[in-house]
Order: sequence, then structure tokens, then C-alpha cells
Amino acid sequence: MRETAPARGPNDLHEVVVTVNGVARSARVPARRLLSDLLRHDLRLTGTHVGCEHGVCGACTVLLDGEPIRSCLTFAVMVDGAHISTVEGLAETDGAEPDGELGPVQRAFRECHGLQCGFCTPGFLLLTSELLARDPDPSDDEIADALGGNLCRCTGYVNIVRSVRRAAELVAEELRP
Amino acid sequence: MSTRWFGERVERREDQRLLTGAGRFLDDVGHDALAVAFVRSQHAHARITGIDVTDALDVDGLVAVYTWDDLPGRLAEPLPLLIPHPDLTQPRTQYALARGEVNHVGEPVVMVVAVDRYVAEDAADRIVVDYERLPAVVGIGAARSAEHLVHPDVPGNVAAVTTQELGDARAAIAAAPHVLELDLAMERSLSSPLEGRGVHARWDADDRRLRIRTSTQTSTGVRAAVANILGLPDVAVEVVTPDVGGGFGTKVVHPYPEEVLVPWAARLLGREVKWVEDRYEHFVSATHERGQEHHVRVGFDDDGTILGLEVEFWHDNGAYTPYGIVLPIITATQLPGPYRHRHYRVTFTSLYTNTVTCTPYRGAGRPQGCFVMERTVDRIAGKLGLDRADVRARNLIGPDEFPYDLQMTFQDGRPLIYDSGDYPALLAQVKELVGWDGFPAERAAAAAEGRRLGIGLACYVEGTGVGPYEGGHVHVETNGRVMVATGLTSQGQGHETVLAQVVADELGVDVADVYVTTGDTRRFPYAVGTYASRAAVMSGNAVALAARAVRDKAIRIAAEALEAAPDDLDIEGGFVHVRGTPSRGIPLSQVAVLSNPLRYSFSKEAQAATQFVTPADPDVAPVPDDEEPGLEARDYYSPVRSTFASGMHAAVVEIDPDTGVVDVLRYAVVHDCGPLINPMLVEGQIHGGVAQGVAGALYERLVYDAGGNLSNASFMDFLMPYLSEVPTPTIGHIETPSPLNPLGIKGAGEAGVIPGSACLAAAIEDATGVRVDRMPISPPELWAMTRERVAVT
Repeated sequence: MRETAPARGPNDLHEVVVTVNGVARSARVPARRLLSDLLRHDLRLTGTHVGCEHGVCGACTVLLDGEPIRSCLTFAVMVDGAHISTVEGLAETDGAEPDGELGPVQRAFRECHGLQCGFCTPGFLLLTSELLARDPDPSDDEIADALGGNLCRCTGYVNIVRSVRRAAELVAEELRP
Repeated sequence: MSTRWFGERVERREDQRLLTGAGRFLDDVGHDALAVAFVRSQHAHARITGIDVTDALDVDGLVAVYTWDDLPGRLAEPLPLLIPHPDLTQPRTQYALARGEVNHVGEPVVMVVAVDRYVAEDAADRIVVDYERLPAVVGIGAARSAEHLVHPDVPGNVAAVTTQELGDARAAIAAAPHVLELDLAMERSLSSPLEGRGVHARWDADDRRLRIRTSTQTSTGVRAAVANILGLPDVAVEVVTPDVGGGFGTKVVHPYPEEVLVPWAARLLGREVKWVEDRYEHFVSATHERGQEHHVRVGFDDDGTILGLEVEFWHDNGAYTPYGIVLPIITATQLPGPYRHRHYRVTFTSLYTNTVTCTPYRGAGRPQGCFVMERTVDRIAGKLGLDRADVRARNLIGPDEFPYDLQMTFQDGRPLIYDSGDYPALLAQVKELVGWDGFPAERAAAAAEGRRLGIGLACYVEGTGVGPYEGGHVHVETNGRVMVATGLTSQGQGHETVLAQVVADELGVDVADVYVTTGDTRRFPYAVGTYASRAAVMSGNAVALAARAVRDKAIRIAAEALEAAPDDLDIEGGFVHVRGTPSRGIPLSQVAVLSNPLRYSFSKEAQAATQFVTPADPDVAPVPDDEEPGLEARDYYSPVRSTFASGMHAAVVEIDPDTGVVDVLRYAVVHDCGPLINPMLVEGQIHGGVAQGVAGALYERLVYDAGGNLSNASFMDFLMPYLSEVPTPTIGHIETPSPLNPLGIKGAGEAGVIPGSACLAAAIEDATGVRVDRMPISPPELWAMTRERVAVT
């Protein structure tokens, strides 16, 4: 029988180093700490919201090395060394700055009234950003595919879909020389 | 008055922070607070025979464990009965922590406080509660049979029985040429906002003040209750509503147990304390709604005119009645809809069950009432072989019949009188939007391809803008910013935007200069709350009245400064000027300076208000008797009764005969909430309401097993629709102003959800020919019904 390492308790701390929105961050966390809690409570990036903690609602969606994931179903220690994008990274300036210049996806959601209470919104914004990064002109089916796994209780999704279409236009305008 | 902002699709003031992650929801504050977890009952009905916390005491990081025995004074008594009613003869409310008995799965029994939520849950897991199980009363049938009782001292499980009657319904039905009887039911659901509940409290021992943040629909309600229960002066309790991630009714209940326990513990421990509800807790401890069974008798003549209607229904109020019997009262009084009733009798029985307590969820009793009325009209049409829209048209109250007195008492204790509307115009428009008249051909064409289509229609009237009052405070600062406060709260509706639009117009300033705060008792201590589609009507009119007072004051002060007659002055773009001479005037910022006589200047501009600079009449006090310093005003709007919005929905569905899946092909909405302050936001409210209406018709239901366990208490099993399940409605508006309030507006928040089940049931019935008497309906249920061929009679 292989010799086992000394027993470790649930409260033992592990160093996690991540690049969040281009900035290197680190924290010492227990192995059971969720990525959503690392972001929200250790790094104080509270734009990522937690709606169900069982991976269904998608409010906690962040991009892990460019791919959307549920941060409530991911342990913080699993993402050591990774790049993470959150809603705080979408505006041109720091999200805490009220006059910060909104990015095209954010502007589209404001123009099209694609949010009401705003709780699910960060997840939809990140899904939209990821979608447009790989497909700048998505069809309605592709939009439904990309966003169809996140819940919104306020908007009935009508204006979220409109916002995605508008965001595609705004991104295209920005890319135009 | 200019109407530059009222009616415009102004982008929301809220969105900047919400789009950048800079919003502040409840769990976004208090990172260093102690965390709370609850041990909740796993039994629907049981006696608590022992609580053993010994094992929990070994958990590192545990701070405190509380049971009912630890609660002092008023905190050990049952929570308040919020809305008493003479017919609610057996009200029961819960204890903040269970006292010896639990009455539903999820009822809080033990409160654990620890350094963080992980540790609090570790400790909670080690606490052993011994129960002696009692028989659970689950569902309306079990409650009515009263074989077992929820509360041993409540005979028959009956909390309340109420009857209201207009005319003599029984005699009218007896004399009618045709009579139908129907049994109609709706199942249980819940608001299910994406953000659950949550409370954060901080006791400032230096100031002896308690600051509570809670994800509520009524901050003033929480404040009054907490101050009372904890024995603190009102002024020592501040309740601040953070950004709230949706409410839809369930967050109007107050105080929830957690809303008094967390502040109490914060004060006792001298530490910040926070509790954030998880999704399971939300399913089993935030309130539910909708469970009702109805029996209808209707008498009508050969052309479908309703001669008499008698409805008896049974309302499942769950384990307790903190919100009184408002829900069944709303069903009873909104059931008549847009139709002319000369004889209507309604009786309801509100019943206890060992399930989560029921209080309003968006629509609040109206979806059930609408379902009952509209299904009844459809059956009348079916029985007579008449077009369903024609039978409705025959019974609609005419546009010249307002005010229309139903001679009943509404949910606010005031007379039920429809103030205005144009129901025939709504019907004509919704038929046009959905393609009603062309549908038979469409159906036939589809049938030729083997497709099964159906069309349905449902109408409603919604009492909105319920009193008693709301207030508004408008303050022009010396920097020109217009600071507005109202006490009711926001959960995503966009009040910061629409109230700014109203004030901007009234005051003559740019909407960008208006900053609105809601739900903060420090800024506005008197308020009722956000429910019953009332915020725009109540606070909209209140801030309008306050802004008018500020405008009058600004003109008085400016007239003196400009040596002009007040009547000659106008305010535009934040500048008070002489009409016809735009250059002769002063900015509102300077009027604000002059409004506050100073001894000490604080800026170059402020020097103008100091004692040696201001030209003074030696015989007039610097602040005359009838004035107050500051360019600000407070006013209140209190309506004599509610204002009644109305609307009609129509849908075309296709049924997959092999699976029973219902595909909503078209969904049309026509809505009348009077003049629209911001059409973009009203449409957003309708979109969200329709989504919840469709959800309640086809997907969402709470399923209790016979033992009282909630079988689907997660988003895995409770089917909240994603994007793929929700139709995009076509929306039309008509605007009949309300004569009851200065802005002529009516509420719009809840309307979208009301006719969803009625409309889709009608369309499904039309497509399949089977009776749809119970909603929601799932594909397997519909599939089985079509196999059994329960034909429409």
C-alpha cells in the first residue's frame, strides 16, 4: 500500500493564483471554496452573481481561458494558473467607476433594455461576448444555442435576444476601419 | 407643463452599475460579516422533542447557536399578522424559530452563526433535532376533509370564510335559460426571483443604531416590525434596500424570521451578521402562491349574456396567514373581469395545510380569477355554438359606463369601482393582432397538413395603484443636482428612470440631472412598499406633487431675485427665466443657494446668500413664517381607491399529437395602463409577465408528496423556462387615462402574467377538443387527456 500524505482538513489553505481580467490575483483558500466565492468574497469582484449554486441558472457564468463555465460548480483550486474573465472586465475602465465607458455588449443591453433587476445580466453579458468573439454575426438559432442555458426571471428573454443582435452590430461598427 | 420626458423611451439610469458589475446586491456587502445558516424542519408536521447541539460545538469557527428558548421578549412571540381582516377568524403566524412544533418542511428551527457560511453549514449539519411526526395535511382535498388538523385549535383547518354578493346570483341563475357548472383548479407555484432573500445587519454601538440591509419589497415595513420586536426606537433602526434581484411578490412579506433574527444577533454579538438564502431554502421557506380549486355555476341566455354567476372556491394558504386573506379577496373581486355582472356571488374558504405559506406572487390571485372567468365564458360560447370573442363582446362593460361600480369591497378595503377603460377597443385590437377572424382558414390549412392548431383569448381587469399612500421628496442642491427620494423599493422595474422622467418634466430640468433613491428609510421614512402594480402610480404621483411644490418655490425665490412677477417665469433646462426672454434668468442651482439664507458662505456662489450681501427687507425675517430654508419639498399621494388597468391576450398554439408538447406560435397582448411614462419599460414588464404567464401555464408547478415534502425544490426539477420556451409577444397599447391621479396613469407591473393560463388553456382546448380545467398542463398530461378524449361539453 502506497504511503499516504498526512491527512488534510477541509480548512487547510491552498494558494491559488489566477489572472482575472488581465490582472494577476492570488488568495489562500480551502479546497472546498467555490470559484464564485473566490471571485466574490476573496477578490471582492461581486459582479459575478450566484443564483442557484447547482449549475442551472448560469448567473455565475465567467469565462475560463475564454470558455464559459459555471463558477458555482468549479472549485477555486481547480483554476490555479488560469485566465478568468468577469463582468468587471467588460467596460473600458474599472467597473466600479460609474462613468466608465461601456463596451459594445454592455451598450447594446442598455439600448435594448436587455436587463431589469440585473442579477442574471453578468452571465448573459459574458455568454454574448464569448459568442460574438467566435461568431460576429450569429443567427437567431445560434443566439438561442449560446444563451439558452441561462435563466432570466424578469425580461422574458425578448430584449436579451434583441440586445445580442444589437451587440453584433456595435462590435462590427467598432471593427470597421 | 412640458412633457419632454414623459412618454419617451429613456434608457435606464440603473443600467450603468448593473452592466459593469458595480451593482450592490445583498451578498455584495458585508464580506467580513459573520454568516448564518439555519437548521430547517425536514418534516411537514411534527413535534420537536429535543435539540442536541453538542456535536456542533466542536466546529472551529462556530460563534453562536440559537433556538426558540434563547429568544427574548417579543422575539419569542409569533411574528406579526400583517393584514388582519374581520373574516380571518383563525389567524396564525409562525415563531421566528419553531417553538415545539413545525408546520412545514423548511420552517427554521435552529440558527447557527459562524465565521463563514461553509463553517455555519458544517455546524448546522451536526445539530440533531428529534421529532415526533404528526400527520401532514397536504393539498386542498386533505385540508377540506379535515381528517387531520394543521393547527389543533383551528377546526376544519379553516382560517377564514368570506362571501360577497352583487344582486341575487342564485335567483338569477335559477331563472336563466341555460346553466353550466364547472370545476376549475390552479396549482401551486412561486415567484422565484433569481436572487433569493438575504439580510445583513450591523449594530453601531457608538451611535446605538441598527442598520439593516435586506432584499425586501418594503424597507419601511421591515423597519417598523424590527424596531417593534426588538424594542428599539424607530429612529435607531435604518433599513436600506440594496439592489434587489427580483421580487415578484414574495419579498413583500415581512419580517421574515431571518429579518428579525439577523439584526437581533448582530446587536447581541456586536458583529456584522449576514444570511443569504440558498436556492433550496428559497423553495422551502420563501412564500408560494396560486393553489386554488373553484366551483362555478353560471346562468346565461341564448346569446351568451351572463345573467348570474356563483363561484365558490378553496384557497390553500399554507401553514400560516401572515398576509391575511388578501389573495383570495383579490381572486374574488377581480374574477368579474371586464364583464357586466348584475348578479355575482362569491364565497371562499381559506385553508391551512402543512406546506409553505402562500402570499402574493405577481398577479396575486388574479391569474386564478381570470382562469375561472375566462374558462366560464369559453364554455358558454361552446354550449351555444357561438364565437368566443362574440360572447365576450356581448358581455363587455361599455366605454360610456365608467365609473363602473361593482358594489364590492376590494383588497384595499375600498369600494371596487372601475375608473376608466375601453374594453371593446381592446378586444378589437387583440383580435386584429392575433388574426382571430382569419384563424378558421389557417386552422383548416394546417389540418390539411396534419397539424393541429388552436386559438385562445383571455381578458382581465387589474386593480393597480393600491393605497394607502406613498411620498416623495425632491431637493434641488446648490450644484443643480435634483435629488429625489421615495420610500418604496425597486426590484428591477426601473423606478430610478421613470421617477426621474416625471420629476424632470415637472421641474423643467434634464433627466440626467435627476437622481432617484428608493427604499432607504434614511432618505424617506414613510412608505408602504412595492406590490400590486403600484409604484409608478403611487410614487410617480407623489414625486410629481413634490416637484410641483419645488417648482413653485423656485419661481417665488427667482421672482424676487429677478424682480419679476412669478406668473411671468418659466423653468426650462434647469434655468428659471422670464417667459419670452430666455436670457433674463438664473439657474436653479443659484435659486437653491438663495433659498437657504446663510451666515457662512461655503463657495463663491454661496456668498450671494450671506447676510451682508442679500438685499433684506428689515421687517421680514430671513426665513418668513410660511417658508422653510432649502429648495426642497415633500408631498404625498393618497388615492381614494385603486385605478383599474385592463388588457387582453390571445395565442395560437400547435399541439404535437405524439408528445403533447404545446408550441406557442403567436402571442398577442393588448394593454391599457393609461399614459405610458416609458414605453420601453412597460413593454419590458409585459415581456417578463408573459414569460411568467406561459411558465405558469405550461411548465412551473410545485409538487408536494403526500408526506409534505417538496419533490422539486431545485432548478433541476422546477421548470423555469429558458429562452427556448418563451414566445415573443406582439404588443399593442391603448391609453385611457385614470381620472383618479394627477398623471392619469395606471400600474403595469403584474398585468402580463394574469391571463397566461386562461389564454393558453383556451388555445389548447381549441386545438385538441379536450377539456382543460386545471393548470398548469404538462405534455404527458395533455397527451393522456387526448387519449382519454375528455371531450368539451
